Amino acid sequence: MLDIKLPGLDLKNPIMPASGCFGFGREYAELYDLSILGGIAIKSATIEPRFGNPTPRIAETPSGMLNAIGLQNPGVDKIIETELPFLKQYDTQILANVAGASEEDYIEVIKRLNDCPEVHAYELNISCPNVKHGGIGLGSDPILAANITRMAKAVATKPVWVKLSPNVTNIVEIAKAVEEAGADGLVLINTLLGMRLDLHSAKPIIANTTGGLSGPAIKPIAIRMVYQVYQAVDVPIIGVGGITCAEDVLEFLYAGASAVQVGMYNFVDPYICPKIIEQLPTVLKKYGCKSVKDAIGRSHV
Amino acid sequence: MIVSKDAVLGNVEIAKDTFEMILRPQHMPTILPGQFVNIKLDGFMLRRPISVSSVNHNCYKIIYKVVGDGTKALSKVKKGQILDVLEPLGTPFPIDDLDEVLIIGGGVGVPPLFEVAKQFRDKQTKVTVVLGFNDKESMFYEDDFAFLGCDVYVATMDGSYGTKGTVLDAIAEHNITIDTIYSCGPMRMLEALNQTYTKGYLSFEARMACGIGTCMGCVCKDSKDKQLYYRICKEGPVFPIGKVAFEC
Repeated sequence: MLDIKLPGLDLKNPIMPASGCFGFGREYAELYDLSILGGIAIKSATIEPRFGNPTPRIAETPSGMLNAIGLQNPGVDKIIETELPFLKQYDTQILANVAGASEEDYIEVIKRLNDCPEVHAYELNISCPNVKHGGIGLGSDPILAANITRMAKAVATKPVWVKLSPNVTNIVEIAKAVEEAGADGLVLINTLLGMRLDLHSAKPIIANTTGGLSGPAIKPIAIRMVYQVYQAVDVPIIGVGGITCAEDVLEFLYAGASAVQVGMYNFVDPYICPKIIEQLPTVLKKYGCKSVKDAIGRSHV
Repeated sequence: MIVSKDAVLGNVEIAKDTFEMILRPQHMPTILPGQFVNIKLDGFMLRRPISVSSVNHNCYKIIYKVVGDGTKALSKVKKGQILDVLEPLGTPFPIDDLDEVLIIGGGVGVPPLFEVAKQFRDKQTKVTVVLGFNDKESMFYEDDFAFLGCDVYVATMDGSYGTKGTVLDAIAEHNITIDTIYSCGPMRMLEALNQTYTKGYLSFEARMACGIGTCMGCVCKDSKDKQLYYRICKEGPVFPIGKVAFEC
């Protein structure tokens, strides 16, 4: 009922934690068996280790939060050496998020991960608004986005998913360009660029000045973008943005997502993914869906 | 760490804008001195990380200052309400075998040090306590530390009680020479202590999203190796003095 087969990802259910909200699973593995998850989008890998941005990196907002972590990660080699062997013990699908400051960085990370059987598919992070060079440029321009997709596809031995930025005028244009360049699937959306100011100092709360907005506040935007893109492309979509319950998952499926990622709500309720997986069959049944597949794109029928 | 439904047994103002709350978990976990809990509040997205001030066999206390909307909402929580809490979190203060120890607390950094003092006194360690506050109205727990058998000194910035000035002014005035410190308080105080002392532990405060080590929101750098970082919620909030860089 919950299973869904997607490029590179043979999911037992459509629920996976989103990249950056689950690390490499270690903290959550202390709480529950990660094998119950459909998949895990692991934290962005870059070619060099990255410390990330200065602190504060976090600010609360109405129904959400801003973050400017800055792709902190130990670097792809260390991830291959210590994190992938840890994840190997779990029966779940690994979507490796790939980031970089230049196109060459992405390609190098993919080349190194190609030989890792623990990784089932790639998720190109062309949208992270936190990195001053690279990320934002690639995701906001259809030509640059298509170009990095084509380059990734040329070297990747596993399916390539492209995670799109919502900080664009026309998401459909970018989605079509990326599809045409050979993307096996699309992940949308990443965080929205936002800002908060401290009332005492009149300065930004986040040291990086701006941050990415996530949480329930962005769910209607994510739903709208999945809905629009679903009508324009043929490749499958993984929906992300503000999911807090099984009903939210159903809404994304209706809009056209084939699977979903749960992001910041893992911070609020560390058991949210297992809870959603448990509740999803009941919610599907309640609204007359025989399966996940049966619900995908229902709003377009 | 567990996700618990904690019953609020009390929530009273003990000093200016400073509240003491008593919480009783369904199943009391082992909470060590310096550890914190992460509290979910209706109407707020992120949990509020607050350090535990003392532990009993079936309940624990927290002390917090109202500084924003979240802590304001926490101050309105009534006795009998149930709160969703992640507990306990973080690396505690080790209660080492020492003949004597100096505890230095600043403002709402004072609370976690109370359980530290209690456990040292249980081991017959001689405990000297120096507490710093903005003014007399903000002061709390002087008598509680004294009741444990600690020698207690107070500094207030405006001089309305005890030594006028900082905790370091009080330490100088009373000629306190104990060299092992356990401290928690504002960054500037911790930085000054980090320059003055070489033995002991400091506990840090930070903005956190998850509180369990995943989000990388609360990281700090190692004082020597700039490639090495720590998560304040996981490897901290307690660090050996000198371990953490103050610029980030």
